[in-house]
Amino acid sequence: MTDFVRGLRLWFSPQRIREEGDTPDYRFSLANERTFLAWIRTALALVGGGFAVDQFLPDLRWGVRVGMALALLAAGALCALRAVNHWARCERAMRRGEDLPVSRFPTLLSLAVGLVAGAMVVVVLFGWSG
Amino acid sequence: MTGGAAGVRDPGLQPERTRLAWRRTTLSATVAAVLAAKQAVHEEVTAAGLIGAGLSLLVWLGFLGVAHRRMVALGTARPRALSARGAVVAAACTVALAAFAVGVVL
Repeated sequence: MTDFVRGLRLWFSPQRIREEGDTPDYRFSLANERTFLAWIRTALALVGGGFAVDQFLPDLRWGVRVGMALALLAAGALCALRAVNHWARCERAMRRGEDLPVSRFPTLLSLAVGLVAGAMVVVVLFGWSG
Repeated sequence: MTGGAAGVRDPGLQPERTRLAWRRTTLSATVAAVLAAKQAVHEEVTAAGLIGAGLSLLVWLGFLGVAHRRMVALGTARPRALSARGAVVAAACTVALAAFAVGVVL
């Protein structure tokens, strides 16, 4: 928990990252930045998917449509927040010369996306024919 | 434009690749913001819809500003690391779009 608070503080005070350890090779920082941007794009795609479900599937029942849209939107928001957190933690680990942080977030996200995709298949198969 | 004048060009083209990543992300943000604006003024143009469209435009402009500043900063041969503020603003724009979408869906 205290680690989490320390991480949160790290987000909003960029100097704190620069104070610790040595500046790593700029190429490592840029690679970290590109990973961060890739996660942000994933988050934006999930948010766009949430909009699309709400906008382009008006024939679905209200509960199903809203449920799927909310799941995608929540995943998008979570993904964006986690992207900053992971970026800051990687940046700090590189400055300190530690191992990069590992995370089970990619697994959780892929499970969630697979779940929504499976729900879509079920909805398309049974919802529209029945 | 690629920073050749400021020093030796990076053989791995790291700044260029990072700049392109920012461009791709800006494009994704544009698509999401357009979807949001379209959703806001979906059926009929109302005051609330216009406010929603204006808000998504503001979020998009905010992202554009961060991306532009970072892309300019990447023009040097050995750019500094991304500032935490830039990262937080980019993520905050995404979260704002998601929150906006939740408001529209419900």
